[in-house]
Amino acid sequence: MYYNEMFDGEKVREAYASLSDWVAQMPVDFRQLKQAEAEALFRRIGITFAVYGEGGDPDRLIPFDMMPRVFTQGEWRRLERGIKQRAKALNAFLRDVYGRGEIVRAGRIPARLVYQNEAYEKAVVGFVPPRGVYSHIIGIDLVRTGRDEFFVLEDNCRTPSGVSYMLENREIMMRMFPDLFRGNRIEPVDGYPEILRRTLESVAPKKCVGRPRVVILTPGHFNSAYYEHSFLANLMGVELVEGADLFVEGEFVYMRTTEGPKRVDVIYRRLDDAFIDPLCFRRDSMLGVPGLMDVYRSGGVSICSAPGAGVADDKAIYTFVPEMVRFYLGEEPILKNVDTWTLWKQDDYKYVMDNLADLVVKEVHGSGGYGMLVGPKSTKKQIEEFRKLIEKNPSNYIAQPTLSLSTCPTFVDEGVAPRHVDLRPFCLCGDRIELVPGGLTRVALKEGSLVVNSSQGGGVKDTWVLSE
Amino acid sequence: MRLKITHHTVYNYENPVRFGVQSLRLSPSVFQGQKVIDWQVDMGEAGEPGAGFRDGAGDWIQLWTLRGPVTQVPVRIDGVVETTDLSGVLRGHREMVNPFVYMQTTEATTPDAALRDLAATPSDELTRLDLAHELSHLVYSNVPYKSGVTTLATTAAEALAIGGGVCQDHAHVLMVLARLRDMPARYVSGYLHADADGNAHEASHAWAEIFIEGLGWVGFDAANKTCPNQHYVRTGSGLDARDAAPIRGVTVMGGAEKLDVKVAVEEVAQ
Repeated sequence: MYYNEMFDGEKVREAYASLSDWVAQMPVDFRQLKQAEAEALFRRIGITFAVYGEGGDPDRLIPFDMMPRVFTQGEWRRLERGIKQRAKALNAFLRDVYGRGEIVRAGRIPARLVYQNEAYEKAVVGFVPPRGVYSHIIGIDLVRTGRDEFFVLEDNCRTPSGVSYMLENREIMMRMFPDLFRGNRIEPVDGYPEILRRTLESVAPKKCVGRPRVVILTPGHFNSAYYEHSFLANLMGVELVEGADLFVEGEFVYMRTTEGPKRVDVIYRRLDDAFIDPLCFRRDSMLGVPGLMDVYRSGGVSICSAPGAGVADDKAIYTFVPEMVRFYLGEEPILKNVDTWTLWKQDDYKYVMDNLADLVVKEVHGSGGYGMLVGPKSTKKQIEEFRKLIEKNPSNYIAQPTLSLSTCPTFVDEGVAPRHVDLRPFCLCGDRIELVPGGLTRVALKEGSLVVNSSQGGGVKDTWVLSE
Repeated sequence: MRLKITHHTVYNYENPVRFGVQSLRLSPSVFQGQKVIDWQVDMGEAGEPGAGFRDGAGDWIQLWTLRGPVTQVPVRIDGVVETTDLSGVLRGHREMVNPFVYMQTTEATTPDAALRDLAATPSDELTRLDLAHELSHLVYSNVPYKSGVTTLATTAAEALAIGGGVCQDHAHVLMVLARLRDMPARYVSGYLHADADGNAHEASHAWAEIFIEGLGWVGFDAANKTCPNQHYVRTGSGLDARDAAPIRGVTVMGGAEKLDVKVAVEEVAQ
């Protein structure tokens, strides 16, 4: 009933052909040795943060599974086209709703969902950032249910995290199993920092002269993704700064350095909208840069992603992404959405309330597996409690069927066993739309579990795309 | 009518300010009801004008940075504006923000039961324009002008409970009532010329605008029982008083700050 990515009955699928021998021939004690080695490596690099801002113990190591997750070139190409198509549509949507709002005027998306959305930023209306790109790094969460069946679970247009895992998982696998990489033609992912840097440089503001200066703006070392911020800054060769390192003067943003102020052209911010400028948004924010929005709006600096980009990725807008693909690109969506019931619609509300035990219910603005109900895994009491929450504010919820996530062979105590997986590839949008062949595969390590969140027993895997 | 506006603010700081950033939303709006003859903003020797742009709501935003140390920072605005009475209609104003955005509630404009009850009193039979006028009258009678009973932090619900307030409170209450009747509403800041009738007015003023299908944005000054006319100069708008604030700023060091404000609006010869 679940699609097994490695086995078709007894037969090993094409993607995993070379791995099956590797697994079969690996002695148990060797595997345990390697597992311990991997853990030591992760500890040494210090990559212990929670994925996707899930919170939890920041020093906890996320379990790494050595069995890679593999896609053939053909499978990947189709995914790639689908992801790029979606990224293009999401940016077209952002440009539209901060401009004339044609999609709303055409009656394809209700005005209320867009303009009264808490992620919609009035301060961005009428502003077109360089190259018309609002979301520069889009993380698209995918699940697979069949050979050619991929579904998008959600889009992340603000500041998706997890890419450092994609890079580190590969790095560690290559260090531990060099032979494996000699014997298989695997597409590299290590170009990501270079492509990210090029993408960010390509959206420098008009007023920028010479090579753009890019910085990463972090909330600081107490943030759960701080490791990733410093990791990316390091690999891109750019400065990692906090709000206090930057200041606005005249028409530009400057960075304080020992050699005096240096003008900053592009800010890859890993800070939520509400905190980036206390003059414009939350005035109690100590993390941002006062006056940043004014400089941004007058074309003195680029902010990636644009404030307000989140209006494209909340769960209410999600249901309309296929419509965006048709509306802006005139194409049929390559990637499917999961069927979604929106509880502010009468019919949907009734259906969902009658079938709570079979559905997954999520908060429109929730993330990280919090504020949700997984019907089939919940007790009667939990379901009834959640029902009361929904009754209080139906428009805060959407519901989806429980999906049959594909499984991938995973090392467990007893040997190798199938476990459920998802995938987050990272799409980069600047002068071009690019995608490194790979992504972050999360795996639910508990037998039978469909929850891949690291806070609830999830781990990570290296993700391979085979060359032809 | 030609109005001369003098708006001088001096910020006095306990300790010298080393550095500061101020974002000003303090230029007359561009629409058929007003024409700018002259408009000067000056922040003294420490101030340097920076980024400026017109935002999606049509307001001119001007950034200023301050290089200290200074203990006094002036914000001097001197201008002359030619005004025309358009019965409150904001005709010819270029803006891109969808009116639906102004259905969003903020802390200051969150309705409570009393506001809901009040909003429900006018009949459904009224035209949208008549309904807006009716709501404005309700504000006039339920929240009469009283100075000193509210503060900058008072919400619409609190002002109604207190039963009095100043222009900021009137605007907030009217906005909530309008939104409860499905009409987008926003906060407008500007200046008011004290006319010949001798009524006491605040020269720095605020009122509400309500979006009326077919007519666009229309201003309502509940406390003065009128729609903005040639005595009004409009400078900026927002979701509430805080969002529409004419001056937002931060300073480094400085400590306690004391404000001296002088505002005058006078009629001058053409």
